[in-house]
Amino acid sequence: MATTGIESWAVDLKDIGAIYPFQGTEGLFVLAGVILWLGWHLLQMRAENEEYDGIVRQHGDDASVNEALDGD
Amino acid sequence: MEGNLNALTTVFTEFYYWATIPLMFFIHIGFCMYEVGASRRRNHLHTLMKNTMLIPLVTITFFFFGWWLYWAMPNGPFITGGLDTEMAAANTAWSENMGPNTGDRITGVFWAAFLLFSWTAASIVSGSVIERIKSGAFWVLAVVIGSVAWIIDAAWGWHYGGWMVQLLGYHDAYASGVIHAIAGGFALGVLVVLGPRLGKFAKDGTPRSINPHNPWMVCLGLFLIYAGFWGFYVACNVPIIDPGGIGGQITGDTWTATTIYLTPTTLGAITVNFLMSLSGGLLVGFLASKGNPFWTYSGGLAGIITASAGNDLYHPIHAMIIGGIGTYCAYKLHYWVEEKFKIDDAVGAVAVHGYAGFIGLVICGFVLWGHPSSPYEGFAAINPLGQFIGAIIMFFVLGFVPGWIVAKILAAMDLLRIPRRVELLGLDFKSNREEQAAAADVRSTEKAAV
Repeated sequence: MATTGIESWAVDLKDIGAIYPFQGTEGLFVLAGVILWLGWHLLQMRAENEEYDGIVRQHGDDASVNEALDGD
Repeated sequence: MEGNLNALTTVFTEFYYWATIPLMFFIHIGFCMYEVGASRRRNHLHTLMKNTMLIPLVTITFFFFGWWLYWAMPNGPFITGGLDTEMAAANTAWSENMGPNTGDRITGVFWAAFLLFSWTAASIVSGSVIERIKSGAFWVLAVVIGSVAWIIDAAWGWHYGGWMVQLLGYHDAYASGVIHAIAGGFALGVLVVLGPRLGKFAKDGTPRSINPHNPWMVCLGLFLIYAGFWGFYVACNVPIIDPGGIGGQITGDTWTATTIYLTPTTLGAITVNFLMSLSGGLLVGFLASKGNPFWTYSGGLAGIITASAGNDLYHPIHAMIIGGIGTYCAYKLHYWVEEKFKIDDAVGAVAVHGYAGFIGLVICGFVLWGHPSSPYEGFAAINPLGQFIGAIIMFFVLGFVPGWIVAKILAAMDLLRIPRRVELLGLDFKSNREEQAAAADVRSTEKAAV
């Protein structure tokens, strides 16, 4: 059983349409894709905040900021 | 050409392949920018020339014998038959088909499209060995991968009658294996012999980061590779053919675009899947590398490469997820191999092309399991074992092994690696000194003229 539903190319192309695998599960795959997309935003925002928090922790006082600016 | 429809189809096909070639030029421009951007200032010009001069060398050798190999070796030889001397004879350097010939408008553009793939294969290797390989050694290696190894793998696994397609059901529509896995494996074989750049690893073996001198140029180079990749993708298709022209099991008279295996697909499918796999790779590359621009762009490339084997058939969501999986694995494998085996792959080419291509082939075997690999009767269907064996053949048998052997021979002849002192001073040391002396001479002349 082929995942695409096409077992052989002994067909007339006018009689077939979709040729991608797992036909009928498109909705589930789109749902998975949407979950991954939203998950990406969550992970990205968490990582970005951690990065900025780290900078703020390291340069929490004015002297440290001035020192960093002098280095630029 | 008999009849207006036949003439139109032929000229359309001729123009279609021609248009892919200037597009694929962007891949090479991108590779050059990427390599020069990744190298240190003292090595720029040699790095640029190393990559540029593979163009004429691979071109002429591909004309002399590379193209012949493609048509002569689909059967192994001696696996499903002997040398295909009849097809090969029409594609020798001295064949009438290779010159201007009103009876054959396709061979020239088809040859050139394959040739640009050859440049890409050699160029992938070029980036990983920067700043310590002798240019002469690299150019020998470029001919071996560009005009011999990859084109044999194309005859075996990227040809409508290739033995790997027949016996293994091997499917690699947009070259996850036949270009990327082989080039990555070849680069790894060379790197094992060549060794790391001076200072890459600390005494305790901890890897150091040798940063690109110009990250912006590296990223723009990778962006240009994306642009050229469009040409690469469409060049992998036959744009229009009727079932009679295929001569296989397909019945009726509905014309179609096909893969190189003459199995039906659509230009729309590969356009959407290209973009979705690029997106999957970019998203995962960004997250995995914590926003590192080099690995984010490389992730986009790895995403496309992973999904390429089956991008003629995947649903777009499959392409996106597969692209993401391949990128994550390639990124993690790069650092694991670097630390464990002390491999200095300067641009991550082994990971982005080699590991992603290998993984893409294996995934394709599962996702497209049972789909016919060919329109011809008696060919094996696509399957996980066939794809896994195919990945081994691409990465190790035709990639790693030839790269390692040729590098070993070059090293034994003291032709592989530049002298240590030159590596410290820089490959451009002599020309830089000459330029400085010339500039000083001009300045002193100008001062005297005041």
